[in-house]
Formats: sequence, C-alpha cells, structure tokens
Amino acid sequence: MDLEYGPEYDDFREEVKAFIKENEGINLVGKSLRSTERVNWQQKLIDHGYFARSTPKEYGGFGGEVDILKTRIIAEEFAKSPIPKPLGGQGIQMLVPTLLELGTEEQKQNYVKPTLRGEIIWCQGYSEPNSGSDLASLQTKGELDGDEWVINGQKIWTSTAKFAQMCFCLVRTEPEAPKHQGISYLLIPMDTPGIEIRPIMQMTGDADFNEVFFTDVRIPATNIVGKRGEGWKVANATLTHERGSLADPDVMMNRLYALIDLMKSETIDGQRVIDKPAFRDRLLRIQGKVLAQQANALRLLSSSINKGQDTTMARFITKLIGTELRHELEGLAIDAMGEIGTLYEDSPHLRDSGSWQMSYMYFLGLIIGGGTNQIQKNIISERALGMPKEPKVQGA
Amino acid sequence: MYFGLSEEQQSLQDNIKKYLEDNAPLENIKDVASGDTSKAEEIHKGLLELGISGLLVPEQFGGLELDMLFASVVAGVLGSGTAPVPYAGAYVMAPIALTLAGSESQKETWLPKIAGGEKVIGIGISEFVGAREDAAITFSNDSISGRSLFVIDGKGADAYILSNKAGELFLIDAKAKGISITDLITVDKTRPSIELKLENVKADILPGSENNKDIINKILDAGRLMLSADTVGASQVMLDKAVAYSLERKQFGRLIGSFQAVKHMCAEMAAELEPCHSMMWHAAHCYDHDPSQARLMACHTKAHVSEVGQQISKTATEVHGGMGFTDELGLHYWFKRIGLNRQLLGSPELIREEAAKIQNFDQSPPDKVGSKDVGNPLLV
Repeated sequence: MDLEYGPEYDDFREEVKAFIKENEGINLVGKSLRSTERVNWQQKLIDHGYFARSTPKEYGGFGGEVDILKTRIIAEEFAKSPIPKPLGGQGIQMLVPTLLELGTEEQKQNYVKPTLRGEIIWCQGYSEPNSGSDLASLQTKGELDGDEWVINGQKIWTSTAKFAQMCFCLVRTEPEAPKHQGISYLLIPMDTPGIEIRPIMQMTGDADFNEVFFTDVRIPATNIVGKRGEGWKVANATLTHERGSLADPDVMMNRLYALIDLMKSETIDGQRVIDKPAFRDRLLRIQGKVLAQQANALRLLSSSINKGQDTTMARFITKLIGTELRHELEGLAIDAMGEIGTLYEDSPHLRDSGSWQMSYMYFLGLIIGGGTNQIQKNIISERALGMPKEPKVQGA
Repeated sequence: MYFGLSEEQQSLQDNIKKYLEDNAPLENIKDVASGDTSKAEEIHKGLLELGISGLLVPEQFGGLELDMLFASVVAGVLGSGTAPVPYAGAYVMAPIALTLAGSESQKETWLPKIAGGEKVIGIGISEFVGAREDAAITFSNDSISGRSLFVIDGKGADAYILSNKAGELFLIDAKAKGISITDLITVDKTRPSIELKLENVKADILPGSENNKDIINKILDAGRLMLSADTVGASQVMLDKAVAYSLERKQFGRLIGSFQAVKHMCAEMAAELEPCHSMMWHAAHCYDHDPSQARLMACHTKAHVSEVGQQISKTATEVHGGMGFTDELGLHYWFKRIGLNRQLLGSPELIREEAAKIQNFDQSPPDKVGSKDVGNPLLV
C-alpha cells in the first residue's frame, strides 16, 4: 500500500494549481456553447495539457504520454476551483475515443480536433421507443442507395440533440443478420434534411432529452465507423466508459461537504439540523457509504496504473452504487430543509439555486439511464458472479 | 501509487486460509460449538505456529512488528473460517496497549510471551464505549473493583487489561485473588465471552494510559478494525456460498440462480460488499500512516461494514431457502459471528455518534457555502 504519487507529481500538482490561480478570473457563465470565448478556453486547456492530454497532436490534442495520475491530479484540482471545467459530454467522452481507436484517417482528421475544441457538439442516437434496456433490438433502418445511406426511424432520450451538429447513431443495416450483428455505427450531420427534433420535458422542468425522427435522411456511405454490421462492437467499446463517468466519487465528496454545511446552517426551532440525532445519523451513514466508494475508486485508480490487480467487480458496481448513493445524499438535503427543500425555480427562500431538488430528480434519471440499475444487477450477477442469463423467450 | 495488498500480505492471507481449510472445516467448528474445546485448542496451536500472535509485537520483544494492514488481513481470514481462536483482543489490542502504554517491565514480562504464543490477555473495555447495566470498574490503592462485561478473548486468558470510564488501563493476573469469572453465552459459539466480577483485585496501571485517552482510542480503533475485517471476511463467504448454492439448486426446472429475483439479491450483496474490502484496507492504512484520518476511518469502517454485513447475513441465508435455516449447512455460524462483531466495541449507531464528535459537528460552523451552480450535467 502506497498512497503517495511521488515528487514528480507533487511538482505537477503545483503547476496545475498555479495555472488555476492565474486563470481564476475567467468566467464563462452566459457564454453560449461554441462561442469564441469557450472555444478559446478549451484550446488553452489543450495547449497546457490539461485536456485531451494523451490525444495525438495531429488530431488536435496535447500529444502527451498517457499518465493516469496526472489526469487525476488535474481533475482533483479543477474540482476544487470555480474556474470553468473542461467540456465533457458524449462527443468527447464516447465518440472521440471510438474514432481514435476505430475511425478512418479522414474521420479522425475531420472530427476529433473540432470536437475537442468544442466547435462540434455531438449527440448519441442509441435508444429507441421499443429498444431501451434491450438496446440491440433497435429498428431504425439504414439502406445503402448508391453511395449514400438512407435512414428511417426514430431515436429517443437523445440528450443535446437540440444544439448538436452531429449524431453518432446505431442503425440496423443488415436486417437478415442476428440482432447484435445487424447494426452499423453511422455519423449523421444534424442539419441533413429529414431530421426532426422534438424535446421531451422532464420532471426537473428542463428538457435535456429529445426524440429524433429520421425520414429518408441521406448521408454519404463513408460516414460509417468500423465495418457494416459491427456497430454493436464499436458502441460497446465506449459504453463501459459512460457507466463509470455517471457517478464520480470526487463530485460525490464535494456534495457531501456541501450537505454537511447545509445541515450546519439550516435550523428548526433555532436548533441546527446537524445537531438533531436522527438527521445526524442519516448524514453519518451516508458519509460512511461515500468513504467506501472513495476507497473503491482508489482501488480502481491503482489497478489502472499497476498490472495484475483484478477489479472486475469493483468496476461493474460503480454505476449502480454511485447513482443510488447520490440520489440518497441529495434526498437527505431536501429532508434537512423540510418545506424549504421543496422550493424550486426562482422561489423566495430558495437554497443553493435549487440544486438539491434538481440533482435529486436528475439522479433518479441517471439510475434509469445508461443501462437501468436493474440491468446493472443483471450485468453484475452474470459477468462478475457467473450466474446464468434468464432463458430466452421464443421469438424475442 | 499502489492501493492493495502487498505480496507478503497476500501470501500470509493464503497460508492462513489454507491452514483453516485443512484443519478447521465446518465439522470441526460444529464440534467446538457443541463444547469440544480440544479442537479449538488444536486450531489455535496451528495458527500460533503460523505467527498470528506476534504480528504486532515489536521486534525487540520477539515479534514481527508488522502494521495494521497485515493484522486486518489475518482477521479477515479468521472471519471467513469462523475460526474459534482468540485474536482481536489477545494478539492485536493487548500488544498495542502494552507497547504504547506499558512500563518497561510490563513490556518485558508480557510481550515476548504474547509473541511466543505462551500467554493470552483478554481485553475488557466495553464500559468505556458504553456501559450496560451498572458495569464499571474503579481503581484505588493499587487494586480494582467492579464488573466488566464481554471481555474479548477473556475465556481461559492468563491476564486481563481492563479500562475504567476515563479510559485508563489496568493489567490484572487471572489468578489474582478477588476475581470471579462467569461465562456469558452469546449466539456466537466460536468466540466465548465472559464477565469478570472484581473485588479489591491487585492491579497495575499501564502508566502511559494515565490521564491519556489517546491510548485507549488507539486500541479501540485497532479492535474495531479487526472486528470489521472479520465481518468482511465472513460476509464474503456468505455471498460466495449463496451464489454457489443458487448454481446447484433447481426449481421450476431451472437453476434458482437464473431467476432475476435471486440474481439481483446476489448482485446487491456483491455491490455493497466489494467496496468494503477497499474501505477496510484504506482504514488499516490510515491507522499507521495518516493519523488525521485514522479515527474517523476506523469508526466509519466499523459502522458501515456492520450494516453491510447484517444485510448480507440475512440475504445470503434467504437465498438458501429453508436450508439456510438449518444447522446442516451451518450458515448460521457466519451469521452469528457477524452479529456479535456488530455489537462488540460499539454498535453502528454509537460509533456514528462518535464519528460526528471526531469531526466536531457539535461546535463548528459551516466551512463553505454549498455549491451554487451545478451547470449542465450533460456537458460538464
């Protein structure tokens, strides 16, 4: 056991801290996506190696060695500061790694750099109304007509579709093949005629998700990643990543500190909520769970830099436990505030911009999204515990 | 950076596991539980040969002077095997108490004998954590009087270290005049409990513990870590047994492990338990290397692991159906072990209250303002 990163990394941390201090004044609140200010900030982060650190220079990255501890230090220090965070989202987290691994040279040249700079926002066209947990049963159809794909069908839960320029999309191109082998991974410009977007208003009051309808949408035949029928494999290379990123333990720790502060400042009949034993015990229980998750994350970090540590189980459980725990944590904050906790939007007496209610509901969404937690339990029991799949129903 | 067990720790773990598999199968545990103490003594002797008593004793007194992570690795394996031997009190808390607070002559008298497996010291500090009934001991004129309940590893011990409410520690010889011992019969037959009644028993204070609660806190942390590791080890076995049983037992023409109801019970157990291993390692590491976090981590680990262990001991039994309730499969030995660990040295509610005190929740004002802007969660 050795939890020190070493002197080289201590120096690096100082460097990151200095950069953050220098740029404390930068505030992008109110600046739209793809605005010059945001693109310049992304580029500055890339130039310093604080973003896209190991992406090759020729594709717009920093071109550094893969160094997980440095990446970790950057994330830790940025998390502590109010300066703008590097852009994330599905284009950066899922599409870029996929293209770097499986894309053609032309695709890498065309898409990686502008995506990293925040000039192209992507959306993910995976789920369909009848293909949620059973994603591989998707029916949106793609037919080759000369040198063009013609796409017809419907996607749902497509986040960021409203402001995306591109969509990476799973489409059934080989209707005769078994369901996992009939899918292709296509790249679709969102301004192509025949695409219609309808926002889905959700319980938080926002509309983060959309339905996207495709009617005779024509795109070049070359807009395919991997071969025809290999789309499921291509998509799975990055799905694991999405599951891990939904419940970051650093963010969880920050939310716990915020919750502790909230419980110290809220009062009932003049007594602080944190001094009431029933509330306090719930807080402490959650703190114990957060510390367990933090230790699990340390183990995962360790296994990514040391060979031979088996962390199959530790990886499979993070989405399930992390999203449930965040939901529980945000829920305690609401209980600690009582009636005040139900205030929302721009109500008088609102605390913390309504972020507790917003996150409480949003994490219910994450418990469902990215593979529902029931699907996660299937995955854990089948892939990590070696239990059998449910027998197949005839004809499904 | 490396978070995990070292090769030495893994090999110690493997050796003890192998020994217990070969020498302490369930039949032997059942014999011990029905009163055959000779089987327990044999297992104890074998484990002493593997060095469990000297792990924490300083080298100058004949021990290995290893750290808490080694000690918790051993506790974990003892929990997986429901090993009917003294450990947390006799070989962890006692040597730490003597090393940190003993006089030179106390150390010279006892530590080499602990390391050599010749002497067992029971630890009676329940009353410091939370006295039940009217149990308490008082010290005056070099002797102690009173009552101590649930002395850990006290059965058959050669001496006891007991604490008063102020956390001061006293060493008494088991043969001293004025002691009467009563067996307490708990659900866990693998680790007998005793009650001591004391009337003017000659006692030596451990000088370092006089007016110094740091010592007893350090001993408590260590004891809690051992009980936690024991629970994690026992819980892992219960989960493994549940999964294995679900892959043998058929109903409705299918393995019961193919039903989602059963799969999800097992997945939930695994998801809760897996981080407990890491938490245990982290807390043991903090005990030796991060004093600022050590107490908080020990408290939280004991409380959290006890909650997870309780859930697993229930759920794993349920997966076994009626067989889980029988003595034939013997699952209840792990169930009861986890049940006793949960209460010893503080139940989760008591310990969480302690964790709140450690963090000064009582006095301190809020440090920071809650996060003001959660941003667009889809893009940040």
